[in-house]
Amino acid sequence: MMLKRSLFKRPKIALENGGEDFSSFLQECPGCGKEITQGELFENLHVCPHCGRHFRLSARQRLAILADEGSFIELDAELGESDPLSFPGYAEKLQNARRASGEGEAVLTGTAMVLGQKTALFLMEGGFMMGSMGSLVGEKLARLFEHATEERLPVVGFTISGGARMQEGILSLMQMAKVSGAVKLHSESGLLYLAVLTDPTTGGVTASFAMEGDITLAEPGALIAFAGPRVIEQTTHKKLPEGFQRAEFLLKNGFIDAICERKAQRETIAALLAYHEGAREGENDHASL
Amino acid sequence: MRAYERLQAARAKGRPGALACISSLFTDFYELHGDRLFGEDAAVVGGLARLGGRAVTVIGIEKGATTDEKLLRNFGSAHPEGYRKALRLMKQAEKFRRPVVTLVDTSGAYCGIGAEERGQGSAIAQNLMEMMRLSVPVIAIVLGEGGSGGALALAVADEVWLLENAVYSVISAEGAASILYKDASKAEKAAEDLKITAQDLLSLGVIDRIVSEQGGDFALCFAGLQAALAERLSALCALPPEALLAARYAKFRMLGRPER
Repeated sequence: MMLKRSLFKRPKIALENGGEDFSSFLQECPGCGKEITQGELFENLHVCPHCGRHFRLSARQRLAILADEGSFIELDAELGESDPLSFPGYAEKLQNARRASGEGEAVLTGTAMVLGQKTALFLMEGGFMMGSMGSLVGEKLARLFEHATEERLPVVGFTISGGARMQEGILSLMQMAKVSGAVKLHSESGLLYLAVLTDPTTGGVTASFAMEGDITLAEPGALIAFAGPRVIEQTTHKKLPEGFQRAEFLLKNGFIDAICERKAQRETIAALLAYHEGAREGENDHASL
Repeated sequence: MRAYERLQAARAKGRPGALACISSLFTDFYELHGDRLFGEDAAVVGGLARLGGRAVTVIGIEKGATTDEKLLRNFGSAHPEGYRKALRLMKQAEKFRRPVVTLVDTSGAYCGIGAEERGQGSAIAQNLMEMMRLSVPVIAIVLGEGGSGGALALAVADEVWLLENAVYSVISAEGAASILYKDASKAEKAAEDLKITAQDLLSLGVIDRIVSEQGGDFALCFAGLQAALAERLSALCALPPEALLAARYAKFRMLGRPER
């Protein structure tokens, strides 16, 4: 599988190696078992060159692949801390997640250009408590959709999430309603929301904004579920069918519009944004809250 | 009462469910079936009814009282078609300018192969979006268990009420214990830590009213509930739709605001 060297400059994804060159290090692909060097993986946008398996990316890695260089303006980078239930052990977990991911929370929001087209953008961070949705994730997303409504921008969003943040209990659940409301007002304003579901997208994120896009794409092989496969096996004591809850299964069942390989995402998203350029000029009478 | 005791009370055999509540609160209930897309889900009951002189749409999640009924109603765990039926009835209510009352009693949306194939996540997500902008009053009442997304899918409302011993949680106490404490026997601690009781939820701003259970006299409890509903529906029906929708959005928007 060749990387299409096309219109755009090669994305620069930092190899987090502190200056040391790991590019010749070998890794076995969990998809096909073949060995790949770190350098090959990097060159191929973290997709196995042999079997096409899409490896997980951090929010910043996705940003580097998607956005025009230097165009990203981050919003709400620092919203403080949230531990609404004073849940035992949560404060420490949050600290560890910050250290491990280098991000303040499990989603990165802002505006950026994609091949010259301006869009609001969110990228969930799987390295931060498995992309789980707490109050601040909900707050950042609600603010992003509100900002996009005001500025008449489309929203492009990449999901990766284990679902609700249990340590925030009911307030985590309420973020599903809060974000869905902001998505709905954006939608009533006649603006485009394009969701890209990546591996894995589950639980309360699937049952809210992941499934609320005007157009919904998914990466090949991504697990997209309300209840994860283990929970379903435990509940039903049934063997799950081959490919159950993978992107291809959702496409067949009618719940996503298309599967989009990583190497094609930037151009595909730019093309889809271009179909909706007119929407940005449109006036709206609805979203007047 | 501690959280775990309330949870036991909320799940107790003999506690009235949605159908019992409907027959106490309303008159002339006429049930409407089906989602018009796939099928009928008996875990969700809905239809037309009267509260005093007012026509309303009432939708509930029913666990079933007897063993046969429990099986018929899948123990109150709805499939996507149940949530889609609920949305169909809510849209119908909007068309005819009827307020909506929802009655929630579920351990959660069903986790099964068919439910996933037919888009459980998508069905719940659509309800959250559409309920936020449904232009007629909506009051949601959690009667027993308010189990996560499966409950929220009927509870994006102008007011959310809980019966005194009802609970509302993002995950079951047992699930939280096994995931967070790696010990399923710590459900009692998890119930406490998750803050699932009516009093906790009122303090957190998640619910608007606690309905007294009158020491277990549910006839008296429902009489009080009926009076309160009639009063609040009258007040909400008097509001212009734009004011109603702005207040509903603001209510959910302020939940989980940063502390500084």
